[in-house]
Amino acid sequence: MDALHAFTVGEAARHVREGTVTSVQLAEALLARIAKLDPTVGAYLSVDRDDVLRQARAADARRAKGETAPLLGVPIGVKDVLNVKGQPCTCGSQILAGYRAPYDATAIQRLREAGAVILGRLNMDEFAMGSSTENSSWQPTRNPWDTARVPGGSSGGSAAAVAADLALATLGTDTGGSIRQPAALCGCVGLKPTYGRISRYGLVAYASSLDQIGPLTKDVRDAALLLNAMAGPDPMDSTTLKAPPVDFTAALGRDLRGLKLGLPREYFIDGMDPEVERAVRDAVRQCEQLGATVVPVELPQTKYAIATYYIVATAEASANLARFDGVRYGLRVAGDDPIELYERTRAKGFGPEVKRRIILGTYVLSSGYYDAYYLRAQKVRSWIRAGFDEAFRRCDALLTPTSPTPAFRFGERTDDPLQMYLSDIFTVTVNLAGICGISVPCGFTGAGLPVGLQVIGPALGEETILRVAHAYEQSTDWHKRRPPLNNNG
Amino acid sequence: MAWQADIGLEVHVQLRTRSKMFCGCPNAFGAEPNTQVCPVCLGYPGALPVANEEAIRLTVRAGLLLDSTINLASKFDRKNYFYPDQAKNYQISQYDQPLCSGGHLDFEVDGAPARVRLTRIHLEEDVAKNMHFEAASGIDFNRGGTPLMEIVTEPDLHTPEQALAFLQALKQVMQYGEISDCNLEQGNIRCDINCSVRRAGDSALGTKIEIKNMNTFRGVFRALQHEIPRQIRELEKGRPIVQETRRWDDDASRTESMRSKEDAHDYRYFPEPDLPPVRLDAAVVEGWRASLPELPAARRARFVTALGLPEYDAGVLVADKEVADFFEATLKAGAPAKAASNWIMTELMARMSATSEAISALRVTPAALASLIQMIESRVINGTTAKDVLGIVLAEGGDPKVLVQQRGLAQVSDAGAIEAFVAQVIAANEKSVRDYQAGKPAAFEFLVGQVMKLSRGKANPQLAREGLKKQLG
Ligand SMILES: [Zn+2]
Repeated sequence: MDALHAFTVGEAARHVREGTVTSVQLAEALLARIAKLDPTVGAYLSVDRDDVLRQARAADARRAKGETAPLLGVPIGVKDVLNVKGQPCTCGSQILAGYRAPYDATAIQRLREAGAVILGRLNMDEFAMGSSTENSSWQPTRNPWDTARVPGGSSGGSAAAVAADLALATLGTDTGGSIRQPAALCGCVGLKPTYGRISRYGLVAYASSLDQIGPLTKDVRDAALLLNAMAGPDPMDSTTLKAPPVDFTAALGRDLRGLKLGLPREYFIDGMDPEVERAVRDAVRQCEQLGATVVPVELPQTKYAIATYYIVATAEASANLARFDGVRYGLRVAGDDPIELYERTRAKGFGPEVKRRIILGTYVLSSGYYDAYYLRAQKVRSWIRAGFDEAFRRCDALLTPTSPTPAFRFGERTDDPLQMYLSDIFTVTVNLAGICGISVPCGFTGAGLPVGLQVIGPALGEETILRVAHAYEQSTDWHKRRPPLNNNG
Repeated sequence: MAWQADIGLEVHVQLRTRSKMFCGCPNAFGAEPNTQVCPVCLGYPGALPVANEEAIRLTVRAGLLLDSTINLASKFDRKNYFYPDQAKNYQISQYDQPLCSGGHLDFEVDGAPARVRLTRIHLEEDVAKNMHFEAASGIDFNRGGTPLMEIVTEPDLHTPEQALAFLQALKQVMQYGEISDCNLEQGNIRCDINCSVRRAGDSALGTKIEIKNMNTFRGVFRALQHEIPRQIRELEKGRPIVQETRRWDDDASRTESMRSKEDAHDYRYFPEPDLPPVRLDAAVVEGWRASLPELPAARRARFVTALGLPEYDAGVLVADKEVADFFEATLKAGAPAKAASNWIMTELMARMSATSEAISALRVTPAALASLIQMIESRVINGTTAKDVLGIVLAEGGDPKVLVQQRGLAQVSDAGAIEAFVAQVIAANEKSVRDYQAGKPAAFEFLVGQVMKLSRGKANPQLAREGLKKQLG
C-alpha cells in the first residue's frame, strides 16, 4: 500500500469502503504531513485539528453502521473563500480577520453529504484577486516543485496542497483562471465547471457573473468524483443551471476516436515560453494518436478578453466588496461617524491589489463612463461567447496551453500588474463565456517545472473535457510524478 | 401674479408577503430587533439573493390595478451607496427595466374627478432601521430586505389637497388589491415629494425640489402647504430655485436643505449579476388580470345601483375595504342592505373610532350582526333590546340568538300578556287616559312608554300601541 497521503480520492474512498483504512488514519496521516511540510509550503492558513478528527471519527462511525457514500471519510482541503460553519473565512484578507462563518456553503454541505471530511483553510490571493497568491495578506505559498517560485493563483494554496500531498484533493474557485492556472503551475488537475454548474452560495463573491467553484485533484477521475458530489441546481443560488445530475465518471475510460478537437490559433502567441509550447504541441499530437481529429479554429475575440475581464470583474467586485465596512463583522477601525469608520476600516483592511480593482471597478461604472466601459465590455463579452459557439459548431473541445509560462519567481511580476494580468490570458475567455475548462499536466520544462494542457468545452460540456483529459492523462505518467519535496517527506 | 405648483410623488409601499424580498426571513412588523435576520439580509460574505415571486406578483397586480403596461422582461439592478442601514452597501432595485411602466389613478378631490399619470412601478428591497440612542446608534435589520414597491407619478398634482386625496385613493387601491396593509404607523407607506412652481401660463416646469422621507399623509400635506409658498416667495424676491434635496421638519413647520445637486450620489447602477432577468409569462399575467378585485369606485357604484344604498352610505362603507367586506358578508348572512349599513355605520363604526380597532378586531361577526338584524325584522326583539344585545356581543362575544334566549330578552308578542300590561297601565294612569281622550296625542305616547317600561322593554311596541288603542276605545 502507498503512503496514505499519496492516495487519490478514489483510492482513499475505496480503502475506507473496504475497511482497509479508516478515515481517522487518513486524517492523521495528512495532519502529520501538514505539520511537517507546510511550514515550507505555506498552503494552509489554518487547520482545526480537533474538528478534522471529530469529522473523521464520525465518518468511521457512519461506515461502521454500514453506510456508504462516494467520498466517505476522504479529507478535502478548502480555499479560504468558501464558508465552512464555525471556521474562519478570511479570503486571504485582513478585513475578515476574526470572522467565523455562520453557515456552510452549498458545495461544502454537499461534500459533507457525500461523506467528505473538511480539512483546513487554504491560502489564496486576497479576495481571489491575483495569479500568484502573493496578494495574500497572511503569508506566501511556495510552489512544491521549486520553493523559490509561486504556485500560481488565486487558488495557490489549493494547488500547492494537492501537489505536495498535503490534501487528497482541494476546492478552489476560478474567476479568470484561478483554478486552472495554479493547477498547471503546480502539476495537478484543475477543473473550472460551467457557470451555474455548482452553487455559489457560500462562496465569497469576487465577480459574481464569473466565479465558479471547482476541484483541484491528483488525477482526472478525482475531479469527476468531486464534481459528482457538488454539481446540481440549488434553490439558494438562482444562477445555478437546471441540468439533471449525471455521473461524470461514466464518461471516462474511452479513447478519443470520433472526437474533433480544435486548436485555436490565437492561443499560441509570440512570447509564450517555448518549452510550454513544445509540451502542449506534444500533447496535441498525443491526442491525435488516441484517435482524435485535430482541426484549426479561430477565436479572433481572444485579444480583447483581458481588457473585457478587468472591466466586468472589477465592476462587480466594487459592489461585492462594499459590504466589508466594519459594521457587522470582521475588522473594524473606529471613526467619529459611519463614513470615517468605513474609510479607516477599508483603508487598513484591504491590500493594494484589492484597492486597485475596487477603484477601477468604481470608475468603469461611474456616470459618464458606464457606456464606454461597462456596457461596451458586456457587448464584447457576448461576442466572445458567440465566438466559442461558432468554434463548438466545428469541434467538440479545444486544446490550448493553460498558462503562457511555467511558475515564475516570487516578486517577478508584482511590480507590473499588467504583466501579472497576462498570466490569465488563456483562461479568462472561458469565464467570460461561462463555459468549462480543465487543466491537466502535460510535461515539464528542463528546469523541472510542470506544464498544463487546457481542454475547453462548451456549456455543460464537462463530460467531453473530462473524457479528453482522462484519455490523455492515462496515456502519460506526468500526473504520477511528485515534487522533490516529497522525497524527504 | 398667479403661480402654479407641479407635484410628483415617489410612493414606497411595503408589500404584504410572508417572507422578505430575497431571503426566507419573515416579513413581519414588531419583533425584537435583529431577530428576523439571516446571512442573506445581513449581507454576510457569500450569501446570495433569491427573488420573492409573491412580491413580483403583487407588484404586477398593482400595475394591473393602475392600468400600467406590464413588462414581461425586466431585471434587477444594484444601486450603490454606503450607508449603515444597508447591509451590502448596495440596494437591489430596478433601474431601467421596471416591472410596470405608465398607468394612472383616477380619484376625486372635493367631488371633482382628477387623474394622475404614473411613470413606473418597480420593486426593491427596503433598508434597515437606524436607531439613535444617547451614547450610540443601533441598526435593526428586521426591516432590512423586506419587499418595497416604488410607485413614481408624473408631476400631475398641483395642490396639497390633491396630493392628499391621491395618496388616500392610492392607499385604498393597495388595500383593495391586498397588496399592502398600508399601515402608516408601521411605515407601510412612505414617500418622497418632487415639487416645483412656475408662473401660470409658462409651459416649462420650474426647478424641482425633492423632499425626502415623508412618513405620514398629513406630513405630505403640511410640507406642501409650506414648500409651495416658500418657493413662490423666493421667486418673487428674484432668487432662483436651485435644485436640491430638502427635509420636512414637522415641529418647526418648515423644510430645510439636506444636500445640493452637486452632492447627489452617483449610484453606479448595473445589472444584478446574482439574479437572472425576470421573465413573466403573458398567460400567467392574464390570469392575474382576470382575478383582480373590484376597486372602490366600482364597488361604491354597485352599492348604490344594485343594493339601493344612499351615495353617502356607500361612500362611508367603501372607504375602508374591511368595512365594506364586513358589510357584504353581513348581507350574505341574510341581512337586508339598508339595515346592515345602518348598524355598521352607527354602532360598529362608533365602537371602532372609540377603541381605534379595525372592524376585524371587533368581537361581532357578520353572521352575528345578520342574526341580530333578522331578530329585529321578525320582531323577536325590538331595536332597544338589539342595541343592548350588540353591546354584550361587543364586550363579551357570543351568539346574539343564544344571548336573547338565555337572558329572556325576546320581545313579548303574546296578545294576552300585552293586554294584561295595557290594562294595568290604563288603571294606573287615569290622568293620562283622560288627557288622551281629551285629544292630547302626547299622552298616548306616554302610555306606550309605560307599557314598555312595565314589560321591561320586551313588549312588541307595535302590539302595545294596538292594544292601547283597542282598550282606550
Ligand atoms: Zn433574511
